[in-house]
Amino acid sequence: MTRKDLTLHLGLVALLFALHFILPAYHHGIFARVMVLAVYAIGYNIAFGYTGLLSLGHAMFFAAGMYGMGLVSYHFGVPALPAWVIGVACAAALAFVVGLLALRTQDVSFMIVTLMFAQAAYLIILYFSEVTRGDDGFVIPGALRAIGPFDLSDEGTRYIVAWILFSVALLFSLWLVRHPFGRVLVALRENEERARLLGYDTGRRKLASLVISGTISGAAGAAYAGLFGYVGGSFAGVQYSIFALLWVLLGGAGTVLGPFVGALFMFYLIDLATEVTEAYMLIAGVVLVLLTLFAPQGIVGEIRRRLWKDLP
Amino acid sequence: MLKIDGLTAGYGQAVILREVALSAEAGEITVLMGRNGAGKTTLMKCIMGLVKAQAGQILLGDTDLAQLPPHRVPGNGVGYVPQGRRLFSELTVAQNIEIGLGAGPKDPAGRRQTRDEMLELFPRLSERMHQRAGTLSGGEQQMLATARALCLKPKLLLLDEPTEGLQPSMIEAIRQVMLTMRDRGLAVLLVEQRIDAVLDFADRISVIEMGRNAEDFPREAIVPGEARLRAHLGV
Repeated sequence: MTRKDLTLHLGLVALLFALHFILPAYHHGIFARVMVLAVYAIGYNIAFGYTGLLSLGHAMFFAAGMYGMGLVSYHFGVPALPAWVIGVACAAALAFVVGLLALRTQDVSFMIVTLMFAQAAYLIILYFSEVTRGDDGFVIPGALRAIGPFDLSDEGTRYIVAWILFSVALLFSLWLVRHPFGRVLVALRENEERARLLGYDTGRRKLASLVISGTISGAAGAAYAGLFGYVGGSFAGVQYSIFALLWVLLGGAGTVLGPFVGALFMFYLIDLATEVTEAYMLIAGVVLVLLTLFAPQGIVGEIRRRLWKDLP
Repeated sequence: MLKIDGLTAGYGQAVILREVALSAEAGEITVLMGRNGAGKTTLMKCIMGLVKAQAGQILLGDTDLAQLPPHRVPGNGVGYVPQGRRLFSELTVAQNIEIGLGAGPKDPAGRRQTRDEMLELFPRLSERMHQRAGTLSGGEQQMLATARALCLKPKLLLLDEPTEGLQPSMIEAIRQVMLTMRDRGLAVLLVEQRIDAVLDFADRISVIEMGRNAEDFPREAIVPGEARLRAHLGV
């Protein structure tokens, strides 16, 4: 890892911390939400951007974290921090089991199998509505949304916790992709057969990548439940799987900063478009098409292609 | 070193190789020749475990490579440079070598030594360490693909048409590396289509036709048998 890489990423972390004191209330809230969702996208990027595993089912990992945390809080009154750990563990276990089965396929088949698993997870949430409250979801009681003296429903605390989670995920992602293990993931994406012929057990490495990816996505889901207090079935729907793909593609697949930039861009694009028209998805769609045409590698991907060749 | 016996293999119902026999000895360059579609690349893929043998043995020493999954074949001493090089084009030269080293010696000193040996063998690569592999010239890519395979410290080196499409100076450089590897005691198994490229340095030439052994030429029979060799290849 070069000093330049570290400076850039620590610079973003410092900037986001500074924004905590500067941003007006409305944007402060948006940034807290975007940072949590960017963690979800960072997880997705490890599987898709770096390893080449095109999953359409990552919402199930996000939801596993969210429901893992939310259900133990809601039904058993488990406090926020241990509940968050349980949520993350649920996502990791689900990613391991789904990985064992789904990684028997590849390419388009893998995409379809992950989509099917995610739909099954979504339908399970709806089917067991007595426990999960189905599509309506449930609100985690405010008293449980605290870590020691820190109230997670307080906007300032929420921002800082989201910032800590995002910073850890971002720096972990940077470390991972500069680590020899991360290089092997890129090698798998580039040419899996060649990596196998250099002696790598590609199946185990892809499984490891998917478990890391699912765990990070689950950590974001669990944090979302704790910070925003709501757990709902819509987060497990296919739309949320596609969101992760979109954010990563827009920001730049296979770049460390891409997931954050993509999530932020998309969030503000939809936010601004809704102020202009009710058909806001039309505006968003046109902008996305333009971006795809003129920056096919995503925003950070284009910066890497044109300006900063070794940007991680 | 390598002894293939009665090898039958193919893709699904299509049988490509039928009871093929082949051997490659340490300190020798064995050249596998045949017309397009004869089964040369399939034979290489069988050795590497990418195409499963339906019958027969692929013995490297006492190990039957046909029984191993592909990722365990390199660890048993086989380095493979496939046709078309197949580099990790988005990674730099240094990172490509690092990937090769990752599956080779584990101790840092051993890894450094292996890397230095590769750069000594291919000095041109040391000037390109931070360049993306996809932007190298064809010859440099071939050097990198060969270096990456040699990082595994193989006993047997498989090269599938390594000089295809290269300029003469690069062909000579690759050829020198093959000779060096032979002199260091490696068994080199080379797939080649051009007779002129191998006549003066092959220790043995095996020809396969339609997936079967056609004729073997030990060193002393290569030059006298050139006309028959050309007839086999239709040139």
